[in-house]
Amino acid sequence: MLSVSRWDGPTQGVIMASATATAKTQGNGRIPTKGLAADNRQKMLAAAMKRHQYQADALIEVLHTAQELYGYLDPELLVYIAQGLKLPPSRVYGVATFYHFFSLKPKGRHTCVVCMGTACYVKGAATLVKTVEDYAKVRSGETRSDGSMSLIQARCIGACGIAPAVVLDGVVVGNQTPDSVVTHVKGWIENGSDRTA
Amino acid sequence: MDLTELLEIGEKERQAERSIRIRVCVAAGCLSANAQAVKQSLETAVAEAGLSDSVQVAGVGCMGLCSGGPLVAVDPENILYEKVTTADAPSIVAALQSGAPATARQADFNHPFFTKQVPIVLENSGKIDPERIEDYIAANGYQPLYHALREMKPGDVVDTITKSGLRGRGGAGYPTGLKWGLVAKVKSERKFIVCNADEGDPGAFMDRSVLESDPHRVLEGMAIAAYAVGATQGFVYVRGEYPLAISRLQTAIRQARKLGLLGSQIFESPFDFRIDLRIGAGAFVCGEETALMGSIEGKRGTPRPRPPYPAEHGLWGFPTLINNVETFANVPAIIRNGADWFAKIGTEKSKGTKVFALAGKIQNTGLIEVPMGTTLRTIIEEMGGGVPDGGVVKAVQTGGPSGGCIPAQALDTPVDYESLAGLGSIMGSGGMIVMDQQNNMVDVAHFFMEFCMDESCGKCVPCRAGTAQIHHLLSKVREGRAVAQDLDTLDRLCTMVKQTSLCGLGQSAPNPVLSTLRYFRPEYEAFLSKPEGAAEAASDDRVPAPPAR
Repeated sequence: MLSVSRWDGPTQGVIMASATATAKTQGNGRIPTKGLAADNRQKMLAAAMKRHQYQADALIEVLHTAQELYGYLDPELLVYIAQGLKLPPSRVYGVATFYHFFSLKPKGRHTCVVCMGTACYVKGAATLVKTVEDYAKVRSGETRSDGSMSLIQARCIGACGIAPAVVLDGVVVGNQTPDSVVTHVKGWIENGSDRTA
Repeated sequence: MDLTELLEIGEKERQAERSIRIRVCVAAGCLSANAQAVKQSLETAVAEAGLSDSVQVAGVGCMGLCSGGPLVAVDPENILYEKVTTADAPSIVAALQSGAPATARQADFNHPFFTKQVPIVLENSGKIDPERIEDYIAANGYQPLYHALREMKPGDVVDTITKSGLRGRGGAGYPTGLKWGLVAKVKSERKFIVCNADEGDPGAFMDRSVLESDPHRVLEGMAIAAYAVGATQGFVYVRGEYPLAISRLQTAIRQARKLGLLGSQIFESPFDFRIDLRIGAGAFVCGEETALMGSIEGKRGTPRPRPPYPAEHGLWGFPTLINNVETFANVPAIIRNGADWFAKIGTEKSKGTKVFALAGKIQNTGLIEVPMGTTLRTIIEEMGGGVPDGGVVKAVQTGGPSGGCIPAQALDTPVDYESLAGLGSIMGSGGMIVMDQQNNMVDVAHFFMEFCMDESCGKCVPCRAGTAQIHHLLSKVREGRAVAQDLDTLDRLCTMVKQTSLCGLGQSAPNPVLSTLRYFRPEYEAFLSKPEGAAEAASDDRVPAPPAR
C-alpha cells in the first residue's frame, strides 16, 4: 500500500494549500472526512470508492460520481478522492483538468449548452453562441455573476440530424434559432423560471 | 443456457407478437423531438380503441431519417409516418381499422434514401426494442455466438473474419482479421477486448445510434472476438456525452449476464467473458487507442509511441484487441452468413457496407448504410435529396477534424478507404457533412483547427505548438492580414505537423487545411491583404505563444 506521504511534497501546487496533509487513511479502509462535510453526498462518494475497491484505475469513475453529487469538483473534494484512492493529488488534479467533462468551478442554476459540432456549426451554431453571449452578458464557458446560468459549448452531442442543437438543463432541443434560444434563456434570467422546454 | 433454450426464448417472443405492430423511434434524435409523448399517446389511443389485443406499440431504435422525427412505422402495412405529433395518434390508430388516411404525413419507403440501403450493421435498428434482449434473440440474436463457441475453433473464427475482408470501421481501415490474428498469437495469461465507442468526431453519430438501437449486437460481436483471441474481459469505452447509449448498454449487459450469455461458461462451453463499461470524460484524443487505454486505466488520455502495439502491450501491459463499435457490429452477421457472403458486398479492397451520418446542408439528414463503393453523388443527391431550398453542394466533409473537404467536382468518387485517401480526406468513422455556397472554406478550416488545437493533449511539440501556429495563421488569413507568402508557410507547416506528430490526432489535424488549400485556394486568396497593405501585414509576422492550457 502506498503511504500517504507519497504526495506530501512541496511540488503539489494549488491543491496543497487546502490539503489536509497530515490526514491518514485509517487502518480499516475507512476514509477520513476532514475537510469535507460528512453528509449524505460524502457517504455516497465513499461508497462509490469502496465499490471500486479503492483502485486507482477507478479514478475517472469516481470523479464522475463526485461531480454528479456535488455539481463540480473543488480542491477539497479532489484531495478527499486522492486520499481515498491513495493517489497523489497532483495525479487527481491532472486527470480532473485534462477532461472537459469535469468542472472545477461551480455552475449556474441553469445551463445552456450549445453544440458546436460540425453539423451544428455549418447551420449557424456560432451565431447562437454569440446571441446568447450578448443577450445574457456572459462569455462562453462562464457563469453569470448572479449565478443564474452558465453558457457552455459542447464538442458534439451527436444530435447532428436535428442541427443546430442546444441542451437546456439536460434537455436536448433541435433546429434552434437565435430567437428560440433567447426565449428560453430570458425566462431563466428575468423570471427565475424553471421551465426548460 | 443452451441452444434449445435460446431458440425457445425467440419462439416465445415471436408468438407473443400481436398482428399489428406500431414502432416508434425512441433514439436520441426522435426523443428530442418529443417521441416519448407520441408513444404514450399512441398507447392511449390503442387502448381507447379497444385494440390492445391485436395492436402493440413498441419503442425501437433509430430508423435513420432523423430529419423526419419523430418517426412512427406500422407493420405489416409497411407505412412510415414522419413528424408525428401527439394529436396525430388517434387518426393513426383509426387508420388501422378504417383504412382512411391518417393526419400524419407519410414518408415514402420507395425513396432512394431507403431503397439504396443495404442494412447489415443496422439490420435490427428501428425494428427491435433495444431494451429487451428477447427481441434481439427473436431476431436470431446470439445464435452466431453459439455457432462460434460450440462449432468453431478460435482459429476458424479468426480465419472467417480475415477471409471476409472486414476492415476497421473506426477510420484507418486496418484489416480486422489481421489484428485478431496478432492478438490470438500472443501467449499471455490475460487478454482484453476493448470496444472503442468514444465517437469524438463532431458530426458523426453512427456509433451512438448503433448502441442506442441494437446494443446486444455489439456485445455479441465482442464476445465472439474474445473467444477468437482468447480474452476473458472486455470494456466498452463510451462517451460521457451519450447518456442514452450508456443506459441502454448497462441494461443490455445486465440482461445478457442474467441469461448467461455473458459471464462464466457461456453456452456450457469453457469460455468465460465479462464486459464492463467505462465512461469517457470528454477528450477527443481518447479515440486514439493508446490514449483510450490510458483513460481506461484512470489516467490522463495521452497517447504513447507505437510499437509496441496494443496487440502485444495493451491494457495494464496485457495483449489487447481494440475495435470500433461498427466493426464489432459486423461480426455476428459475418459468422451467421459466412465470409464469402460478406466479401461479395463492396469493392475489391473495401468489403461490406459502411454506415454514414448525413448532416449539414442536406434535405434528408440521418443515418444510412450503403455498400462500399457507392458514389458520393448517389449518397448526397439521390439518397440525401441534395441541399434544401435550391442550394448547391459546394463540398462534402468526411472524417471530421481528421478528414478533408471533398469538392463538388469529385462527387462521382466511389466511397472506399483508398479513394477518399486519394482525395486528401479519410473515410473516418462515417460523418458526412454537406456544405453549400454559404459556407466559407477558410472558416471551416479555422473551425477544425480550433478544435484540434483545443483537443491536442500537449504531449508532443509538433501537435501542441503546430496546431496553435496553424490556427494563428488561419486567423490572420480570415482577418485579412495575411500575404501570399503566409499561404506557403501554412502549407509547409501543415506538412511538417502531419509528418512529425506522435499520434493520429496531430498526424491528421492538418487535413482540413491542406484539402481546402488544395481545392478552394481562391477562397484563401480572396482574404489576402491588398498590395498597399502588404508591408504592414508582413511586419506583423510574429506569432504569439500558444494559449496557456
